Amino acid sequence: MKLSREEVLHIAILARVGVTDEEVDRLSEQLSNILENFGALQQVDTTGVPPTAQSIALQNVLRDDAVAPSLTTKEVLANAPQREEDFIRVRAVLEQYSQYAL
Amino acid sequence: MNVDYLTIHEAHELLRTKQISSVELTRSYLERIQQIEPKVHAFVTITGDLALEQAKESDERIAKGDIGPLTGVPGLIKDNMCTRGVRTTCSSKMLQNFVPPYDATVVERLRASGMIMLGKSNMDEFAMGSSTENSALFVTHNPWDLSRVPGGSSGGSAAAVAAGETVYALGSDTGGSIRQPASFCSIVGLKPTYGRVSRYGLVAFASSLDQIGPLTRDVTDCALVMNAISGYDPRDSTSSPNPVPDFTKCLKPNLEGVRLGVPQEYFVQGMQPEVDNAIRAGVKILEELGATVSWEVSLPHTRYALAVYYIIAPSEASANLARYDGVKYGYSYAETDSMWEAMEKTRQHGFGPEVKRRIMLGTYALSAGYYDAYYLKAQKVRTIIRQEFDNAFKQFDALITPTSPTVPFRIGEKTAAPLQMYLSDVCTLPINIAGVPAISIPAGFASSRAESRGDGLPIGMQIIGKPFGEETILQVAYAYEQAAGWWKRRAVV
Repeated sequence: MKLSREEVLHIAILARVGVTDEEVDRLSEQLSNILENFGALQQVDTTGVPPTAQSIALQNVLRDDAVAPSLTTKEVLANAPQREEDFIRVRAVLEQYSQYAL
Repeated sequence: MNVDYLTIHEAHELLRTKQISSVELTRSYLERIQQIEPKVHAFVTITGDLALEQAKESDERIAKGDIGPLTGVPGLIKDNMCTRGVRTTCSSKMLQNFVPPYDATVVERLRASGMIMLGKSNMDEFAMGSSTENSALFVTHNPWDLSRVPGGSSGGSAAAVAAGETVYALGSDTGGSIRQPASFCSIVGLKPTYGRVSRYGLVAFASSLDQIGPLTRDVTDCALVMNAISGYDPRDSTSSPNPVPDFTKCLKPNLEGVRLGVPQEYFVQGMQPEVDNAIRAGVKILEELGATVSWEVSLPHTRYALAVYYIIAPSEASANLARYDGVKYGYSYAETDSMWEAMEKTRQHGFGPEVKRRIMLGTYALSAGYYDAYYLKAQKVRTIIRQEFDNAFKQFDALITPTSPTVPFRIGEKTAAPLQMYLSDVCTLPINIAGVPAISIPAGFASSRAESRGDGLPIGMQIIGKPFGEETILQVAYAYEQAAGWWKRRAVV
């Protein structure tokens, strides 16, 4: 299974990871190599086998919706790259969207 | 007094009998770190002032007779566990300046038990790797042979314990990241049952596989740390409400009535003969200790574990790492007004090559048209792998395998070929897939390797238990350790 340059670029957009031309070539080769090795999985007969998402028996863990102390706004915002008053500053979302829409 | 290479219980004895104070002990370790670090490079951050402050508090507690097994004993935390006010980098450029506003539950619990935190340890970036060479900061060297890797991803934690830079450390294990470095550094490393230890405050890699556990010089220390960190935490909904036993109670020097199985599939192609011989010799010792051993156990789907792991783990990672967008915290690309460009460049420059490779692999496996063929298929084979373990544990109390098919490899030896690197974890991955506990303990040295110096290169034996069967594997590990005595050897740096 060979991953084309176009496919690598498509995945990069889905993952929002910028890639250089060199990286596209290298990833195309490396990912193809890895996926080829994983092809063996298709030999396993999984008819009627349910998927396992996690390995413990716990399901739908609930807790009371109780008020408890939490971090202060100052602490929460301390690591934000751009701030304005008590907010995280972000770049405009809508005007750029159409250009990058999938 | 020489306090290098102390175990927790030895340090505790010195503190309890007032032969040394916690401040003296901590100072001594901080001095040793200064000596050893230029060769080993295990620490991302050294928290000397904080450690001495904590030591002072511990001495006050001890003076009042308030002393537990960990009180006043220096420890080290892998740099993917949040520490309030102390930067937590995940050895990534993305989090190089990230200072968490809260402590991970394990850190909180160890602090409550009186841990002195010496610092934060180096790792493969976001815990993705088997050699600590994927750290975006620097490479950690194996104290047994500085030209070789310490294993990974908890390589900094393992190397520091082996080099006597800390008494114990915490690591995290998604596919072998505690056990393989423990094996490479000839120390003890336990990956508990999924759910045994809270992961609140652990930077998420693959959430259905990640688990935190101890790296220690001996099995008794492992039990002591497990006592401190195990148990239900309302802040981690996957943590188990099962009661936590006193893990030191199961440490007995004989194995009468214990049924052990040795699955053939773990003696893989490409395994080094010295590793093979060491594990066979180890199994013989276990028999002499009274265990019954069967070589007639088969887990045939083990051969698919590598593929299952490298589909499931990157898939989960691609979702977990979506949060690094340069907006809320972490590295942020600033030279643009475009939101999407900022996000793409943030992730391009903030992540290293292996992290990007896995995000891409996971995104592909989850993408439209491939989900059924890769992710769903892997989850179904995961069910079969777990069932094979469940069946084996109907007959056996624990399974014995090598931890890694090889001794530590040279720095740079496997960095060009991702798949070769992935194979280093071939014996440890299935355990995370099944969610069962496993421990790696020192099982000898490959002294016939011409290029190795002194003792030779470390070999580890893996003991796998049933879900929440930590006591059984600790018992087997303890009995073997006491009989074989490998733990007494020290890496001279």
